[in-house]
Amino acid sequence: MTTQDVRSHAIDMSSVFNGQQDTSAEQNESCIKVENLNLFYGEKQALYNVSMDMPKKRVTAYIGPSGCGKSTLLRCINRMNDLVDSVRIEGKILLDDENIYDKSVNVAALRRRVGMVFQKPNPFPKSIFENVAYGLRIQGINDKRTLEETVERSLRGAALWDEMKDRLNDNALGMSGGQQQRLVIARAIAIEPEVLLLDEPASALDPISTLKIEELINELKEKYTIVIVTHNMQQAARVSDYTAFMYMGELIEMGKTKDLFTNPVKKQTEDYITGRYG
Amino acid sequence: MIIKQWVKSGSPWIWLNAAAVSTCLILVIGILGLVAVRGLGHYWPSDVAQIQYRDKEGVPQVITGELTDSNEISSQRAKDAGYLDADIGSGRTVEQYLIKVGNRDISGMDFRWILVNTISQMTYPEQLIVLERREWGNFYGTLVGVKEDGKSIAQGNEAWDVAQQRLAAALEVYEEIKQLEKKEIGAINYSLERLRLKQRKLELQKAWTDAAKQEMATEKAAYQVDYKRYQEQLKALYVKANKESLVVKTGEGIERDIPIGKIVKAYRPNGMNVFTKVGHYFSKLGEFLSEDPREANTEGGIFPAIFGTVLMVMLMAVIVTPFGVIAAVYLREYAKQGFTTQLIRIAVNNLAGVPSIVYGVFGLGFFVYILGGNIDQLLYPESAPAPVFGTPGLMWASLTLALLTLPVVIVATEEGLSRIPKSIREGSLALGATKLETLWLTVLPMASPAMMTGLILAVARAAGEVAPLMLVGVVKLAPTLPLDGNFPFLHLDRKFMHLGFHIYDVGFQSPNVEAARPLVYATSLLLVMVIVGLNLTAVTIRNHLREKYRALEG
Repeated sequence: MTTQDVRSHAIDMSSVFNGQQDTSAEQNESCIKVENLNLFYGEKQALYNVSMDMPKKRVTAYIGPSGCGKSTLLRCINRMNDLVDSVRIEGKILLDDENIYDKSVNVAALRRRVGMVFQKPNPFPKSIFENVAYGLRIQGINDKRTLEETVERSLRGAALWDEMKDRLNDNALGMSGGQQQRLVIARAIAIEPEVLLLDEPASALDPISTLKIEELINELKEKYTIVIVTHNMQQAARVSDYTAFMYMGELIEMGKTKDLFTNPVKKQTEDYITGRYG
Repeated sequence: MIIKQWVKSGSPWIWLNAAAVSTCLILVIGILGLVAVRGLGHYWPSDVAQIQYRDKEGVPQVITGELTDSNEISSQRAKDAGYLDADIGSGRTVEQYLIKVGNRDISGMDFRWILVNTISQMTYPEQLIVLERREWGNFYGTLVGVKEDGKSIAQGNEAWDVAQQRLAAALEVYEEIKQLEKKEIGAINYSLERLRLKQRKLELQKAWTDAAKQEMATEKAAYQVDYKRYQEQLKALYVKANKESLVVKTGEGIERDIPIGKIVKAYRPNGMNVFTKVGHYFSKLGEFLSEDPREANTEGGIFPAIFGTVLMVMLMAVIVTPFGVIAAVYLREYAKQGFTTQLIRIAVNNLAGVPSIVYGVFGLGFFVYILGGNIDQLLYPESAPAPVFGTPGLMWASLTLALLTLPVVIVATEEGLSRIPKSIREGSLALGATKLETLWLTVLPMASPAMMTGLILAVARAAGEVAPLMLVGVVKLAPTLPLDGNFPFLHLDRKFMHLGFHIYDVGFQSPNVEAARPLVYATSLLLVMVIVGLNLTAVTIRNHLREKYRALEG
């Protein structure tokens, strides 16, 4: 199959969903548009001509075997790949119709609009309060009341307030892994981004913490466009509205989650979700 | 077969490791133990013996002094030295004592070797006194009486009590004198010198007008009035201090008058019990730590050297930390990793291996002559031909040592930066922080324990360094501390004393080697303790930081 096929297919699929979807215009509106994205690490190409649309205030999940490029694609959306020295990116990613790889784009400002949560919880070695307030402080907001309100709102948003409201000055490293991951989410939503990128957010957590994160994702999608990378197909099925299956740096198939899991169009997708490889 | 199994079990390896560790431990404890015993024993008041012996002609003599050492020499050597055959005896070797006899002003030498065989009697009479003097070292002998204005006021048994009272009063007067000379008169001299420089400056600027002349004259006059007043006070105090004198007699029977103002301490060690000896010991130890040195550094304290060492190390730390950290941050965070950075790293590491004296030469050539010389020309033309910064001094010494320890700080900081997990940086960047903000708010605080480690190593190296300092600012005796009450308080241009150099000076440059030897040990011990103290402070801070910025596990 050529990459051109994939692209057209992805667009086809989304149009199919749009037809099926019974909801308002806002939900159909796409928030992030990836257009013909190629990514190279030095000589090695990691993404091949990927194109897809991710709708606003919906959860899009990337699935695929290890090394298929799903994390790389995710990290393109807030330009985290810029940190890699030898990286070269071709193509476009449009966020609200603006190409984020345009030369005039301020990367720091972009990352404020596109928050990210990583695979392993990475709280700063500071107090819980300071962790959540970090994003505000770098924007120069030091007003105590604003900070307190934002911290409370964010911690509530991450379902952490009730557990942590008396321990705000404790070091964040003293929390459990699940709590740390929710703290990191709170930290990300404190600066009110439009998009939230989750890179296997539950892979380092125990089942109960995973469940909590998944519940949280369900709540967060009311306010944010969420893109999640996951290894776990059940998780993708549980939390996402749309699913993209990637393999060897190519987007194989993208569609509404229910359809993709019950009725995959491509053979490769079917093989993967039925566990024949991956 | 059994041996093979034993080797396989790993026991020999463990034994080898344990042996290596034990050797290191024993070495450290041994060094510290030796230095401590030799150094700390010096201030214990040992008994003073009255010794009757026959000299080389067989004539009976009496001396008084402390028994400090003994050894055996070959009979032949004793014979060559001119001793009588009868005293040497028939053995192959003969024992001799080293007696500290003091009284350098009378007999010309402090120490004397005496063959044990020539000693006919050794007693420890209670009335023997030791006088520590400001000049000429210790006096050993007996107290005959006390004089005031040339007239005897006490004799015999009561003389000791009177002498002690008068001495206590005289010491207070001496303190006043010192205060007056160092503080008040010192300040006036400093101000007068500044006035002179100001005048010279105005002359050079062709602004030496009548008005300026007038102003300066009145200022000068005010200082002169103060100076005269202090001079009068000083004169009166000197008269008061030297009014009384002690009449003393040496073991040989020579009588002398010693002005009471010349005496630091008087005691009778043979009559002291353990408690008074302990008291005496600690007062001497306190003097060692807090007083200025006397008599070519062989007596008195070493406070200026302690002060100089600590101040110099602190200045060095203040200079080296920002430079080292900034360099490391550039190398690790900003520079493109590649051949050039690798080359720079190798160069930095090699810099750590350059002999320290080379840094001294560089410091003298570049800092003192070029930098200092130009600073003098630009900023202090009025003090020419006398240099201000164009001569070795505290600032150049600190800078030279900062240069010397720079590699250590760079390497340690780089190490620390490379250990910050990538996830933490990404976490910060993902929140919209720029690279600089990430660095300042997250990476640098987390790397601060590593920076402290670098600083600890730097301090340890700098505090023990002597060779380069001899070229760039350390002297045998500095008349004033680099920190005092005269504006601008911290005098970076002044020369200073240093414990390491003090050890070298006292041990090898002293006219009185025997007297100086215990001081070498005592000073060494102190130097080690100062370094340990500085390090402990830094280690405490580092551990605190480590706890605060505990890195993520795994």
